[in-house]
Amino acid sequence: MDWRDHGILLTSRQHGETSAIIDVFTRRHGRHSGVVRGGTSRKIAPILQPGAQLDLAWRARLEDHLGTYQVEPLRSRAAAALSGRLALAGLNAVTALLSFCLPEREAHSDLYQRSEQLLDLLGQDDIWPLAYLRWELALLQDLGFGIDLSACAATGATEELVYVSPRSGRAVSRAGAGEWADRMLPLPPVMRGEGLAPDEEIAIALGTTGHFLKHRLAPALGHAQVPEARGRFIDVFSRRL
Amino acid sequence: MSSTSDIDKLIELMAKLPGLGPRSARRAVLHMIRKRALLLAPLAESMRIVAETARECLNCGNVGTTDVCDICTSEKRANGEICVVEDVADLWAMERSGVFKGRYHVLGGTLSALDSVGPEDLRIPRLRDRVETEHITEIILALNATVDGQTTAHYIADQLEGRVRLTSLAQGVPIGGELDYLDDGTISAAMRARKNI
Repeated sequence: MDWRDHGILLTSRQHGETSAIIDVFTRRHGRHSGVVRGGTSRKIAPILQPGAQLDLAWRARLEDHLGTYQVEPLRSRAAAALSGRLALAGLNAVTALLSFCLPEREAHSDLYQRSEQLLDLLGQDDIWPLAYLRWELALLQDLGFGIDLSACAATGATEELVYVSPRSGRAVSRAGAGEWADRMLPLPPVMRGEGLAPDEEIAIALGTTGHFLKHRLAPALGHAQVPEARGRFIDVFSRRL
Repeated sequence: MSSTSDIDKLIELMAKLPGLGPRSARRAVLHMIRKRALLLAPLAESMRIVAETARECLNCGNVGTTDVCDICTSEKRANGEICVVEDVADLWAMERSGVFKGRYHVLGGTLSALDSVGPEDLRIPRLRDRVETEHITEIILALNATVDGQTTAHYIADQLEGRVRLTSLAQGVPIGGELDYLDDGTISAAMRARKNI
């Protein structure tokens, strides 16, 4: 068994004295692990940093084996990530969430594309939080927990959509919420791609997506918590408000 | 078989050392046996002493033979600077260079969500205490230029912000390095940190 693909490195951990086991989000093979022989060497270890864009050749005797990778660097994103606190926290949040959410060996090509684009924006702190919010919405969508913001779940209205139902994940209009308004999650215009997307709105929107990550996605995956790295990113981002 | 079991046990233990496998361990043991008086006996004695006396410094986490290491007890090193490193090997590397004259703080690893390493698992609370008790004016974060290393550096910086001057090591072209062989990340870091000449 062998294949060749491009991928984003999510994690790398030492295996034995000289090798590393890497977890990569690939374009056509989804999240896929494998051993890199000599992965802890001075030559290869700097390549195996989270977020790195790699050209991968995977080989194993049987398909369900762990297999070994030959890696070639395409783009290192470490320098962009290490350049600032927000970028570093953002990179950690993205790689941690992908490791946490994605099933192994199941292709998510659209999400891969979006993840690659998002990581290529690292270091551009003015637009990165908005890009991250859109990526998080796409992540929820791709994994079957999408938020439907097209019309009010109660009345069918498409105007004055200001809430999201925490149960159904559908938009709710001001009139449709009625007396349950205080139980609804906020739906700032930025979530519908409207307005100037100020940081305050993005922070509110991340609170809403966070609810679905924590109360819908994580329990479905058998986890009690969303990765701490996401919280650290929100914390760093909130400090600039 | 029984007559060589002690030697086999020694080979087995030696093979667990970094950089050694069963074959190289066998060669090393055979060499030591041949040089019994010159090598094996002094080595065994040194290992016995170190096994009894080696301990971590209660203050900084350095490895020594006393509760508080020589660097921490030296008055000459109390210049108000602490260099924070990931592990003892990094401390030894800094000491080899001879450029730093202050004291150290060994974290014992880096923050890692993957391996469930949190701030309490490292010596970060102790570092906060030292900033107060040792009247520290500058903390030099000499952590690896990796994502985990820099995440840890930013976490420490957040904890100590406003209480002390915080600096980190520069990143760029190594001495003797050729641009052609550098990765694009190092080149861009070096470009950003360029200086007047």
